Amino acid sequence: MALTQEKQLEMLRIMQTIRRFEERASDDYRTGDIYGVVHCYIGEEAVATGVCAALNRDDQIISTHRGHGHCIAKGADLKRMMAELYGRETGYCKGKGGSMHIADFSIGMLGANGIVAGGIPIVTGAGLAAQLEGKGRVAVSFFGDGASNAGPFHESINIAAAWKLPMIYVCENNLYAASTPAASTLAHSDVAARAAGYDIPGVVVDGNDVMAVYDAAQEAVARARNGEGPSLIECKTYRWRGHTERVGGADPRPQGEIRAWQERDPIERFVAGLMDQGCITQEAWQEMDEEILAEIEEAVQFAIESPFPDLEAAVEDVFAE
Amino acid sequence: MRKISYAQAGMEALVEEMRRDPTTFHLSTDAPDALVKEFGSERVRATPIAEGALTGIAVGAAGSGFRPIINWSMVTFSFVAMDQIVNQAAKIHYMFGGQVKFPITFRTSVGGGRRVAAQHSQSPYSMFMNLAGLKMILPSTPYDMKGLLKTVIRDDNPIISFESNRLMGFAGEVPEDPYTVPLGKADIKREGTDVTIVALAWLVHEALAAAEVLDKEGVSVEVLDPRTLVPLDCDAIRASVQKTGRLVIADEAGPTAGASAEIAAVATEDAETFAKMKAPVKRVCALHVPIPYTPQLEDHVFPDRDNIVAGVREVMDAG
Ligand SMILES: Cc1ncc(C[n+]2csc(CCOP(=O)(O)OP(=O)(O)O)c2C)c(N)n1
Ligand SMILES: [Mg+2]
Repeated sequence: MALTQEKQLEMLRIMQTIRRFEERASDDYRTGDIYGVVHCYIGEEAVATGVCAALNRDDQIISTHRGHGHCIAKGADLKRMMAELYGRETGYCKGKGGSMHIADFSIGMLGANGIVAGGIPIVTGAGLAAQLEGKGRVAVSFFGDGASNAGPFHESINIAAAWKLPMIYVCENNLYAASTPAASTLAHSDVAARAAGYDIPGVVVDGNDVMAVYDAAQEAVARARNGEGPSLIECKTYRWRGHTERVGGADPRPQGEIRAWQERDPIERFVAGLMDQGCITQEAWQEMDEEILAEIEEAVQFAIESPFPDLEAAVEDVFAE
Repeated sequence: MRKISYAQAGMEALVEEMRRDPTTFHLSTDAPDALVKEFGSERVRATPIAEGALTGIAVGAAGSGFRPIINWSMVTFSFVAMDQIVNQAAKIHYMFGGQVKFPITFRTSVGGGRRVAAQHSQSPYSMFMNLAGLKMILPSTPYDMKGLLKTVIRDDNPIISFESNRLMGFAGEVPEDPYTVPLGKADIKREGTDVTIVALAWLVHEALAAAEVLDKEGVSVEVLDPRTLVPLDCDAIRASVQKTGRLVIADEAGPTAGASAEIAAVATEDAETFAKMKAPVKRVCALHVPIPYTPQLEDHVFPDRDNIVAGVREVMDAG
């Protein structure tokens, strides 16, 4: 289905917002304003953006440890995201979660997760809820190539297939799990090939081509809404930065490989195409980028001006009242 | 004597034991370069992220004549392998009537202080202590790390080596000559006469710092490091408490059904020790909550030297 110009420009804005958000998160992590661990999504923006463009607000997604991109693509508030990274009371999780645990249930973002593959069964449960509810909602599981080797992936996808749950399983195959190459841990280089074993559609798409991702997602979503069950989409992509932002962590990936993927920048490619079609001018693109930077600066200011939680908060929320 | 870090000491133990015994091999989701270089990718494998399978594979290979060394990395990830740990590794030797041995080393890191929130800041050793069938160590110094880990690798049982995140870079004296540290032998890290602090892992160092402060107040503190949780050196704990008459237990885990509860029971259920106690036991532990991300809250949740000092003053005041 052809997308309107507006929709495509909105997708471009989301991709660039993810990019700029990650750059800022990385900078502020380095200055010590953001704590713990941060996993950046730079280079993979087309996946979250293309998939979420095919979803409605009340559809649900679940994320991974590399979650900022999924949050932004699903429509999370940058201020509350940044405040969470800054550990403030106004953050999405009141400062208790941090980068690896941002969730916004009000927009169907069921959370980032520190456990590889931990989210896959949970979002499959959201898929079961959608099926029981019968209103045509769908649920999406984002996960990495590393996660595709874990039991919960196989267990969940089999159940979803057997029960025809309205699920889309989106593998972000960035060729590495931390420092371990996928080539050394996957028996078949295509995760999508496993779909055959569960008798569901499985496709490999160029994960750096946002429209290709969108098209695949659109088809899988239509199928799921129609009661025809789950699909598996494998997006081949690449992370530009190290596994985490922690300095000193060795990145074993060949420099040439990193450069080659950077030349396939999903944002540059998308902009170039949009310019060719006359959807956007160089000036308008620059203006959009400046707006995004201003929005992120505003989010940072919001975070900085927000208080840290009171110490009493440490014992709150252990149980629901 | 030369000084090396806690993490390096662990690596040295591994290298020495892998040289010594060709039936050892190493599995982890990220293979350590140094081990791959020396022992090759046949014996040192980077595995898929499948901790349940890894753990089960270790059980099977151990029962088939090998001596697997598994690194789960953070203890967080061991929970993915709970069936293999709880139902299989812990019980298989007993359940099958002791037919074959299952010598397995499981290494894993525990503790907080790194601002990585609830899932990645856990100290759940008491969950495993509760099982029967697993031994476990919790070293606090590079010396103990190396000596204990070597003993663990040579032992014929499944053993978990809990290793403190906070101590990875901590440097201490480690002899160049080979040595081992036995399981089940506590170490008195400081001698004293007024109060015994049984401290675990990182809190051994906080207890030593607290002891300095208390010394200036005229309180003589003994710091006892159990070093291994199973077997636990009950005799050493009781002997120390009989000498001082007071017991404070410092643990980075929460108090509920924790190692601290076990240690308190070991002291107080012994009639001879109980008779010599002058004050109730005091536990200095984490608050019983999942660990929060933001630094102020995280630091509030975990005990430190100040909490230990306060705990000691409390027992001194009590009698
Ligand atoms: C069960 C589990 N094991 C190990 C880890 C440590 N870990 C965190 S991220 C990661 C790599 C994940 O790789 P992948 O699923 O491909 O996602 P990517 O980081 O490439 O986006 C590992 C091993 C974890 N978080 N959870
Ligand atoms: Mg990956």
